Amino acid sequence: MIKFSDKQLKIPQMQRPVFLVTGGMSKFGRAVPEKRTEELVIDSFVEAAEFINKTPAELKEYIHSCYYGHFADHFGDQLLGEAVIHDRLGLDPLGNIGIKTGGATGGSTLWEAFKAVASGYSDCVLAMGWERMDEVPTDEGNNYIASAADKDWETPLGHIYTGYYAVMAQKYWQVFGKEEESFRRTMAEIAVKNRGYARMNPHAQGPMDITVEDVLNSPVVAYPLRALDCCLMSVGASCAILCDEKTAYELTDNPLMIYVSAGSHTLRVADRRDMDIPLLPNEPPDQYKDLGERFPGGDRYPGFTGFLAARMAAYYGYRMAGVVDPTEDLDLVELHDAFTISDIQSYEDLGIRPYGEGRTYVESGDCYHTNPHTGKPGKLPSNLCGGLIGCMHAVGATGIMQTVEVGQHIWGRWAEMHEDQSKWDRFGRTKPDDWTNLQVEGAKRGMAISHAGVGSHVTATILVHPDHQLERKES
Amino acid sequence: MSTAKRGKVRVENGRYRLDGQFHFPYPNEPIRNEDGELMGVTNPRDLTHVHMYGGEAPFFEGLGQGKLLGTRCDSQNCDANGSIFIPFRIHCPDCLGKNTIVDMTETAKKGATVHTFMITERTGAFNTLPKPIRFVNVEFEGVPTILMGYLSVGEPEIGMKVVPIFNTTKPSYTILDLSWVPEGTNESEILEGFTFG
Repeated sequence: MIKFSDKQLKIPQMQRPVFLVTGGMSKFGRAVPEKRTEELVIDSFVEAAEFINKTPAELKEYIHSCYYGHFADHFGDQLLGEAVIHDRLGLDPLGNIGIKTGGATGGSTLWEAFKAVASGYSDCVLAMGWERMDEVPTDEGNNYIASAADKDWETPLGHIYTGYYAVMAQKYWQVFGKEEESFRRTMAEIAVKNRGYARMNPHAQGPMDITVEDVLNSPVVAYPLRALDCCLMSVGASCAILCDEKTAYELTDNPLMIYVSAGSHTLRVADRRDMDIPLLPNEPPDQYKDLGERFPGGDRYPGFTGFLAARMAAYYGYRMAGVVDPTEDLDLVELHDAFTISDIQSYEDLGIRPYGEGRTYVESGDCYHTNPHTGKPGKLPSNLCGGLIGCMHAVGATGIMQTVEVGQHIWGRWAEMHEDQSKWDRFGRTKPDDWTNLQVEGAKRGMAISHAGVGSHVTATILVHPDHQLERKES
Repeated sequence: MSTAKRGKVRVENGRYRLDGQFHFPYPNEPIRNEDGELMGVTNPRDLTHVHMYGGEAPFFEGLGQGKLLGTRCDSQNCDANGSIFIPFRIHCPDCLGKNTIVDMTETAKKGATVHTFMITERTGAFNTLPKPIRFVNVEFEGVPTILMGYLSVGEPEIGMKVVPIFNTTKPSYTILDLSWVPEGTNESEILEGFTFG
């Protein structure tokens, strides 16, 4: 049983508020042979500048330091790739640094950028993330991704990262899913939802109009996970500009407050030791006293079923931003749906539902833009961009793309960024005849979760409209 | 490809002694589109890394000798005092003191249980295990950690009792030298070159 000290559990303190001013993203694809990485990066930067009616040169004049998220040097086959990008963006001689935390790289890049502004070091910073995963065949790509597991204790076992996570999926499936057909269908519903929302997103790589049966009939990757339960492997870039209050209002009339927090846990799931469940603000002390009775085998925490890093990111982040109950206090979320079942696990880590009850977030219809059971707006829509399953997982860009998407809803500009026929044409994609505006009406607060592999790193990025702030909590 | 001998390494007096060739160069090839326009080039390579096990070396040596070694924190004032770690941790994660190596072979033979498992047909490049791979995560009596490995006989189930087998005849000196089989498996059924230790 391990314990944490009060000092370790201190709620992070900023010296001043931080604002998200703008963001942008490139097209995402499995392969983009016609462009170098820096061209994709520039595409996303230009989109961010145009979003606030600036030229790229005008926006660059404000930037003081730069944070670059790019996970896999192996894939890029270029050490110091960040320096290449920095030069191509014409941002020398500004200080810059590369950030690598696996699947959470995008979120961690925002975390570093956020702290630079919160501390007073910089008044305006660039957080830019990208990944290029198309320059090796898929099996070599799988080997590279497996290199992010422990090289001596895990990687030789199949050189397949999916397998290292899939043992967790199996445990959750048996303990909390109870191997029920209904649970399996709920997992499939997530794949159908996210691929369906991706159809409305010109940036998205994996739009599909499919049914639960299609997911259940797709090839088994690692039972119970099937091909359509799994996220994409992608190429692309995304960026965000963070500022202090004064600079933010010089650049735009409508910046959003941003909070970023982070948690971590062992790289090898094998090394996890038992502990009490750290409670979120909406969970009473006795919340989990009978968890093991209701779900036999589910009382070992975090065991192989929970993501402590996600729980800790929420633990810090909710209190920084004043969130008590995410379902009540937030209007939408972008979650790290690497697999349908890990998406369900994260609902519990984040307190959207208590541990053991994640499936009800989907089954209630709360996670939809429009609740399929009531026809009314979903209570907390998730992954309206399509998520990692439908939109992309260009690792270094993912957490930033999710944050920009949430921002576009709060700015009330989602349709503007997704409907424009010229963008569909530019990306060589066909806009569906039934294109639907997924703008969350009246969105004031949202969150994006960025998550690495079996849960070694997780960040929570919370965006709040300045007119709708909540009260920070100290414990 | 060159006919040169692939590289081997010894350590003498704290220095690496390299013998043979550690990389094999190949020419690049152009990549063109359907109109014959140049899009890029291939960048082939074949190279050998040198990797030291450091304080974990006894674990990997032990597998080839039919032993499963763990470590234990013996620091008197540490909250983790008495905790046994498998995977082997050189230092205690709490006090960072040097752990004591303990032989867990008999514990593993008597009380190893499958905590969870996964069967997959998909592997990455350089995989050498036969497919499908049956991953098993094995828990031991009195050990707070859960070791990942592979089952090489039968079909895995949560709660199943398993015993370790070891590649003692031609060890690779990697984690692949350890495999698991259901309790009661006969020696004739296990992987070639493996023994019960």
